[in-house]
Amino acid sequence: MPDRTGLARLAIHTTLILLAGFFLVPLLVVVLNALRSNSDIAHTGVIGLPRELTWSNFSRTWSSYCISEHCDGVQPYFWNSVRMAVPATAISTMLGALNGYSLALWRFRGDTIVFGIMTLGVFLPEQMRLVPWVIVLRDLGLFNTISGLVLIHTVQGISFTTLFCRNYYTSIPADLLKAARIDGAGFFRIFGRIVLPLSPPILIVTVIWQFTGIWNEYLYGVTFSAGEQQPITAALIALSARLSEAPQYGEQSAAVLLAAAPTLVVYLFGGRYFLRGLTAGAVK
Amino acid sequence: MSALTIRDVWKRYGSAPVLKGVDLDIESGEFAILVGPSGCGKSTLLNIIAGLDTANQGSIEIGGRRMDGVAAKDRDIAMVFQSYALYPSMTVRGNMTFGMECRGVPKRQRIEAVDRVARLLQIEALLDRKPSQLSGGQRQRVAMGRALVRDPLLFLFDEPLSNLDAKLRVEMRMEIKRLHQRIGSTIVYVTHDQIEAMTLATRIAVMNHGEIQQFADPDTVYNRPANLFVARFMGAPPMNTLPVRVTEERGQLHASLQDGATCLKLPLMENAATYVGRDVVLGIRPECIVEHDRRFDGGTIQVEALVEMTEPTGAETIVVIRLGGHEVLARVAPDVKLKPGEHARFAVDTRKICLFDPATEQLIG
Amino acid sequence: MTLRERWGRVLPHLVIWPPIVISCAYVLVFSAWTVWVSFTRSTLLPEYSWAGWRNYSTMLATRNWQIAYTNLFIYGVCFVVFTMAVGLLLAVLIDQRVRAENVYRAIFLYPLAVSFVVTGTVWGWLLNPTIGVQSLVRGLGWTSFRFDWLIDRDMAIYTIVIAGVWQASGFAMALLLAGLRSVDADLLKSAQIDGAGPVRMYLRVVFPTIGPIFIAVLVMLLQFAIKTYDLVVALTAGGPGLASTLPSVVVYDFMFQRGELAEGSAAAVMLLASLAIVLVPYGLYRRWQQRRAGSHA
Repeated sequence: MPDRTGLARLAIHTTLILLAGFFLVPLLVVVLNALRSNSDIAHTGVIGLPRELTWSNFSRTWSSYCISEHCDGVQPYFWNSVRMAVPATAISTMLGALNGYSLALWRFRGDTIVFGIMTLGVFLPEQMRLVPWVIVLRDLGLFNTISGLVLIHTVQGISFTTLFCRNYYTSIPADLLKAARIDGAGFFRIFGRIVLPLSPPILIVTVIWQFTGIWNEYLYGVTFSAGEQQPITAALIALSARLSEAPQYGEQSAAVLLAAAPTLVVYLFGGRYFLRGLTAGAVK
Repeated sequence: MSALTIRDVWKRYGSAPVLKGVDLDIESGEFAILVGPSGCGKSTLLNIIAGLDTANQGSIEIGGRRMDGVAAKDRDIAMVFQSYALYPSMTVRGNMTFGMECRGVPKRQRIEAVDRVARLLQIEALLDRKPSQLSGGQRQRVAMGRALVRDPLLFLFDEPLSNLDAKLRVEMRMEIKRLHQRIGSTIVYVTHDQIEAMTLATRIAVMNHGEIQQFADPDTVYNRPANLFVARFMGAPPMNTLPVRVTEERGQLHASLQDGATCLKLPLMENAATYVGRDVVLGIRPECIVEHDRRFDGGTIQVEALVEMTEPTGAETIVVIRLGGHEVLARVAPDVKLKPGEHARFAVDTRKICLFDPATEQLIG
Repeated sequence: MTLRERWGRVLPHLVIWPPIVISCAYVLVFSAWTVWVSFTRSTLLPEYSWAGWRNYSTMLATRNWQIAYTNLFIYGVCFVVFTMAVGLLLAVLIDQRVRAENVYRAIFLYPLAVSFVVTGTVWGWLLNPTIGVQSLVRGLGWTSFRFDWLIDRDMAIYTIVIAGVWQASGFAMALLLAGLRSVDADLLKSAQIDGAGPVRMYLRVVFPTIGPIFIAVLVMLLQFAIKTYDLVVALTAGGPGLASTLPSVVVYDFMFQRGELAEGSAAAVMLLASLAIVLVPYGLYRRWQQRRAGSHA
């Protein structure tokens, strides 16, 4: 775009700063409130600077805050989310890479149909799958366990990760595979020695997207676990729904921050890959 | 001994035939080149020879062995690709040993083979680098090294020089030729560049529309092309083709151009006699129409023509002239000054004239 | 073929087919099952006696569903329009070769990394009249300022629009920016020589070129809107009363909280149908586009 006059540039920057403010306000509010005492917030509302810094909100939220009859803070829920998100991300990514590799580079009968069904799987609303999962988990005895959630997120994640990796692997030059076949490499050797070493970019994006999606997920978390087994997203809802006592916004803000922290940190460090995932996914 | 025998190979994609009954016999130690325009089927044929693709009909024999159902890795071949196809995550050494690893060759033999080939190609200094750290020419050498390390019966090259710039292409061409002279391996090489074909091949197979138009040594293909397609495809600038009528005068055959005025004496041709009084296509290469003061053994004809355009290339000047109503290319010495719009005289070497049947497009004589 | 070779041929199939089959099966079987249940008389537990279209007609007649669908319409239109507008504005602004572009981009995109639950909770606080924006502004002196949409029956749905726009604009911006940047530079130079000013350049040259991306973003946002669930639960819990409920909330409500499995499934199927109405034409449009590009080549 050609250069702009001084006035135009001023207008552009002002608009951008205002909009940036709009986007940052929620984050700032949460961070600041986590550092304020509850009386302070009750007094001046949610939007304001801390009168004095209250670091104790964090420790209380972590270990002693009461959420629907359990008073162990958000710690157990946090670890539940970790125990759910990490395995599900890892497994769905690995399987997605393998599947994507097969779909992209080894043509077999029906691969377009498979591709189509995977696409459907990505768009299908969560609610269509709720009750069947209930039945499946009950039969497997995994209802109300973290392992059940890991299973759900892994199976559902495979649709997305497969499509993603497949699109990436189709850009591997055909000549490379021809050379490998002449050299005598089979299915697995090609995957391990040639394709996988080329995969870090797409694997990082896949891991970031999967982790973010699974960590932030709510519906399955709240349906398929209860009490102290729940992931942190469900805990957040339960936490804000307390009607009995006066709301303790200081601790609640700290809880929100803790719940959002992992994905925000991933975003901060992997922002570039985040963006790549976005644009790649839409240019299907 | 025949290194490669291709018999009646057909290949169809859907209902469209890409190869139509291809027959080829390549001797051991030959440098055979498949040349033709894009879509003529040369790369498909190469893939079928390699075992990367299967023919619908016909057979392939490598070293006397039938290759039906034999996988690419078991055919004792090596292939060099246009895009080099080097494994990006492995070092040069790794690239060269990968095939041997897959086949379970013991480590000591692998090291020996790599050292031998690296010395031959002078790439010892590059052995620990990755492909991304190499220049185009270096990558091409590594690709060849990977093929050499296999010590195969047959080397297959799929347009290996197309990705290089002009100067590098000429260098690599000479290296490949030198390599072939040193090692004496059997090579099947695919290219669309007919200059590469002419300079490198012991025999050229010109292909078009899935069929082999001619399979002969470069000299024959150039001077006695089997049909109009080969005549026009080989040689740059291409052979001039113009319609003429064969006439006879006192026992000597002539080709008379359409304007009636120009008449070229035809050399001795067995079959031309049957065409007296008929229209045929005459083929004559631009280098046979030269400046008027050149003389050829066996008689020189002088013609007069209108100069339409000149293209000086430094080593010579290509002149577009109108001869007998047709646009024809001539090649004259660089110091001859000709101006567009003027009439000039040219000497014609009639010894290398070719005649083609206008209906079948085949060479008459 | 040796045993090893035979094994080598079979093993890849053994490894790749199970995950693929499972993923495909679960999509097809689960959808089919839910559709089937919607035609049964299931209440608390699945039961397989035929009920015809009764669940659908009952569902369509309930107030919940009608309000939910009206809300979906309002929310869908507002959400898509405003998100596209803000996203486009952001994209155009950032495209102006602003210094600190990376910082701005990071700021506008971070909401995507955050859960809908978090977004809903925080915006719930901000829009809460007693502790949020209204109280702040009143505290600053403007005592008659009203911003209590959260508890206003007529305006509650718009709070979800605000939160949704906040969360999704970065996404729209990222895609539209990529589109803007993909416009052929020569096209722009040519327009410049023709004398096009910045506004005309954008309107007549840039936007038409990125038309397909526009549509892609539109479709993505529409399907976001249809599937919105977590945000509603966190922000308003569908309230006050039913004022801000959406179809996805109704589905959950009927399936699990009221023990009306079949009716809930019918609602889910209708939700899927709405999604299909958006996605299928788009899919066909893409196919048509590709075919047209192919025939031009």
